[in-house]
Amino acid sequence: MARVAIRGYSYCLSHTPELALHYGNTPYMERVSHGETEYLKKLARSMQSFDEACSYAPNQAFIGGIDLDTLAGQPAPMYQNRLEGASRFGRFGEIMPENEFLGLIDICDVFDIIWLEGSFAADVSRELEKHPLMNGKLMSRLEKGHDSSEIEKETEEHGALPLLCQGRVVGCCRKGHDFDESLSAHVLLENIASKAGSVLALLHLLKTTGLSPTDIDYVIECSEEAAGDMNQRGGGNFAKAVAEIAGCANASGFDVRSFCAGPVNAVIAGATQVASGARPNVVVLAGGAIPKLFMNSRDHVRKGIPPLEDCLGSFAVLLDADDGTCPVMRLDALGKHSVGAGASPQAITSALVYEPLQKIGLSFGDVDKFAAELQIPEITVPAGAGDVPAANFKMIAALAVMKGELKKEEMASFVESKGIPGFAHTQGHIPSGVPFIGHACEAIKAARYKRVMIIGKGSLFLARLTNLSDGASFLIEPSSGRSGEARGVTPEEVRGILLEALEDLSKELTG
Amino acid sequence: MDLQNQQRVKDAAEKYGAENLVVILGSSDAEGAEIYAETVTNGDPTFAGPLAGVPLGLAVYHVFEQDIRDEADPSVWEEQIGMMEMVLDTEGLANAVKGVREQYGKYTL
Repeated sequence: MARVAIRGYSYCLSHTPELALHYGNTPYMERVSHGETEYLKKLARSMQSFDEACSYAPNQAFIGGIDLDTLAGQPAPMYQNRLEGASRFGRFGEIMPENEFLGLIDICDVFDIIWLEGSFAADVSRELEKHPLMNGKLMSRLEKGHDSSEIEKETEEHGALPLLCQGRVVGCCRKGHDFDESLSAHVLLENIASKAGSVLALLHLLKTTGLSPTDIDYVIECSEEAAGDMNQRGGGNFAKAVAEIAGCANASGFDVRSFCAGPVNAVIAGATQVASGARPNVVVLAGGAIPKLFMNSRDHVRKGIPPLEDCLGSFAVLLDADDGTCPVMRLDALGKHSVGAGASPQAITSALVYEPLQKIGLSFGDVDKFAAELQIPEITVPAGAGDVPAANFKMIAALAVMKGELKKEEMASFVESKGIPGFAHTQGHIPSGVPFIGHACEAIKAARYKRVMIIGKGSLFLARLTNLSDGASFLIEPSSGRSGEARGVTPEEVRGILLEALEDLSKELTG
Repeated sequence: MDLQNQQRVKDAAEKYGAENLVVILGSSDAEGAEIYAETVTNGDPTFAGPLAGVPLGLAVYHVFEQDIRDEADPSVWEEQIGMMEMVLDTEGLANAVKGVREQYGKYTL
């Protein structure tokens, strides 16, 4: 059976309230349609500071500053019960402040799209010089800056978008073409911010794994942005653009898209390349989505809670051969939501959870933790979308009841024991199962879990191309302790082989 | 309710007549269900979409209301919705939409 090691992982947030206020889709559309309304004024007044973002427990859980048991024990509402002494750096990554992130965006700019104001560029340069992951090569990419008058002219006369930090215009994002909407300043800003988030996650991944950038063989990017021009709107390739900035000279790459199911599909795509021997290692990564910042802020402002969607998420996962030292992905039990599977919640849950387990002779109880959509409930509940992670765990429990593997009265305890609290920002692909890989691998290494399932689900119908949704899943287990193929079969594998053989026999007999 | 769905509901009401239209909601959250129900009866409470100030008064039901369940083939119901009955607060959702319908609706099944 093919298994692939999960060698490393990193998770980062970039705290970008000004990008959210000006270019998050909800406030942006409000401003375009109705001007500076009372909602926008209240939103600007209620934004979280960087220190507040750092002390918000779900953010710390995302970057590995606290574990999930600590998060679960945190009194609610967590925006009123903040952590004392929280650091911007966690075991998995960091929370980067907006001024440094704008500097990083400029470092990632190879087409002179981003202009920074001179004094701001100098200040940011001093800040980034202190950053443990910035090296001379990266810092040499940071521009010296432009006069305020140049930036003003570019925004007023040439369609550039102003970039703000703490209420002040500190730069602009220029358009890439006079008429091409795919190269508008808005699209380019979203793309380069996503690229910068991925670069940040990749730099952290290299640090935590101890690898050199030139050790990376392949990169798969799985955000929800589209890079291209009017002739090929989603041509790509974010992956190579990210690898280039991080100095991964020996890497190539490509992009995978499937809305929120992108990351799980991308991890599977990377793992199969490693398992086949085609690539010695693959990094799967993604940056965040500016349009989704402050997406639910209208409800947050109306209900007087802080607009919490002020961080761009990013992550990177390194896959390579199973050498017996790291948790592994199993490739013989991948969940797949096929075209004909059906769109009802139970059809989707069955395809992604029940069928892969059944294939290898396992039951719901054999999985210690399930991780599907991990949005922070304090963001989604006030917006009328409910506690999304809890709803997913309840669906899995209900399916277990329908399959006769659980009693109905045991549902609550199943959800309690198999679920995890939501701790990821509402950026589609970012909360979709993958944030749990880091915590899960740590728990597996510590022998606290023996098996977890990572689930991704995507709403393909949003693109008006198909009414279908998508989904994929995989299992993570401890390594066998032995490398690669040279090992025996487990009783579970024997059970799986027997079940497959019986199924084949049944098909032949009914034939 | 997103702006495009509001437009679709408005267009359908104009084309077929509000009295001939039934809206069935599948929202998993009672508060959200109330907002959707209010949008198609009293008008968009957020005043952001095409139904702002347009009180269509449509017959709106949550899929978990008994009236809707009675219309469904039991085997299809079990296959499509049975699992979610165990997950969601069916009574709370049904009552939420019923309350709004009784307050603002002009039509029923």
